[in-house]
Amino acid sequence: MYAQMVKTGVDHIQSKEEMSPEERAFQDRVDQDIKIEPKEWMPEAYRKTLIRQISQHAHSEIIGMQPEGNWITRAPTLERKAILLAKVQDEAGHGLYLYCAAETLGVSRDELMEQLNSGKAKYSSIFNYPTITWADIGAIGWLVDGAAIMNQVPLQRCSYGPYSRAMIRICKEESFHQRQGYDAMTKLARGTPEQKAMAQDALNRWWWPSLMMFGPSDAESVHSAQSMRWKIKINSNDELRQKFVDQTVPQAEYLGLTVPDPDLKWNAERGHYDFGEVNWDEFYQVIAGNGPCNRDRLRTRVKAYEEGRWVRDAADAYAAKKAARAKAKAA
Amino acid sequence: MTDKKEWPLWEVFIRSQHGLAHRHVGSLHAPDAEMAIMNARDVYTRRNEGVSIWVVRASDIAASSPSEKGPLFDPANSKVYRHPTFYEIPEELGHM
Ligand SMILES: [Fe+2]
Ligand SMILES: [Fe+2]
Repeated sequence: MYAQMVKTGVDHIQSKEEMSPEERAFQDRVDQDIKIEPKEWMPEAYRKTLIRQISQHAHSEIIGMQPEGNWITRAPTLERKAILLAKVQDEAGHGLYLYCAAETLGVSRDELMEQLNSGKAKYSSIFNYPTITWADIGAIGWLVDGAAIMNQVPLQRCSYGPYSRAMIRICKEESFHQRQGYDAMTKLARGTPEQKAMAQDALNRWWWPSLMMFGPSDAESVHSAQSMRWKIKINSNDELRQKFVDQTVPQAEYLGLTVPDPDLKWNAERGHYDFGEVNWDEFYQVIAGNGPCNRDRLRTRVKAYEEGRWVRDAADAYAAKKAARAKAKAA
Repeated sequence: MTDKKEWPLWEVFIRSQHGLAHRHVGSLHAPDAEMAIMNARDVYTRRNEGVSIWVVRASDIAASSPSEKGPLFDPANSKVYRHPTFYEIPEELGHM
């Protein structure tokens, strides 16, 4: 997902007997769906895992502005441009809500920025793919935001108060993202043969990377099991991927587009679509830094940060000047 | 790569359209109160969520401690008579 394969630092799931009294009381609260708030006692591994997960999610929102930002100046109409601008601005907001949530766990904003800009931090694999036509913008809203929603809706109920509240805000804004994407795809799919071909091409390129967003199967993963126990992960990766496929295939059919998977077939017995195997080698390559755009994304990010430095410095100087004046006046 | 000093954290409170009290919506970093309000407008009111913004330096907020939750709030537990449902009103009187 926006946070993929988050490690918890544990090697097995503790039984209640193995837990210290504090750990047991904590787990009891989680089990009873009582929210954990910043200043309360929490296991160190819970805190660290949450920082990793929330910051990965935040970094994804921030880097995620780049593929779409690529088309703001070239949107086909003024209306599409205004919509895309608003959508990308929302993603910046999502990043900010999430950084604030991460900070309540004792990590500073500067540390988080440093981790992102130095390339140390991870962000979702999906944002390392290029947006080469306008149809990619439609495909991203429809598929990428669609996949993100699958994951974010259950996280509204997660155990950590600030994360849960950030998710609630984010989910309120996401459905506009998905709808505007589907709307853009609909326009193309009902347009000229060239436009329809463009929509199909975008679906061909974004389908599999979208399925990769959920991460490899984690049925056997101790980290996922631990995260689920802590209720900072609600569903398994396979469960969410299946849900996404089931929801999206009819939407593609409605557009008259073909999902690029020869193994895709409705399974009446299961009540779900069967679908082909994701190319996990490609996924591991992308998260190892070898996707089509990894280097470019980081370079753009660092450049934006460096080029914004004078603005931050000016704001600092202005704040200092005003504070000095107020002090002189009071004296 | 990092700036020398981090901007202070501000807690943001928004009053929505319908005359309700300001409500905490989140936080952000800004060099001063004026910038904090401008940033809060962009981060927390992109969809007309508010008609008024308060920002307070997070470091200026005094908070009750979670470990004292018991002693602090327990005294209210036993005072059921503070709720209207404690009293039985004869049905023939209708609404009261
Ligand atoms: Fe987002
Ligand atoms: Fe989004």
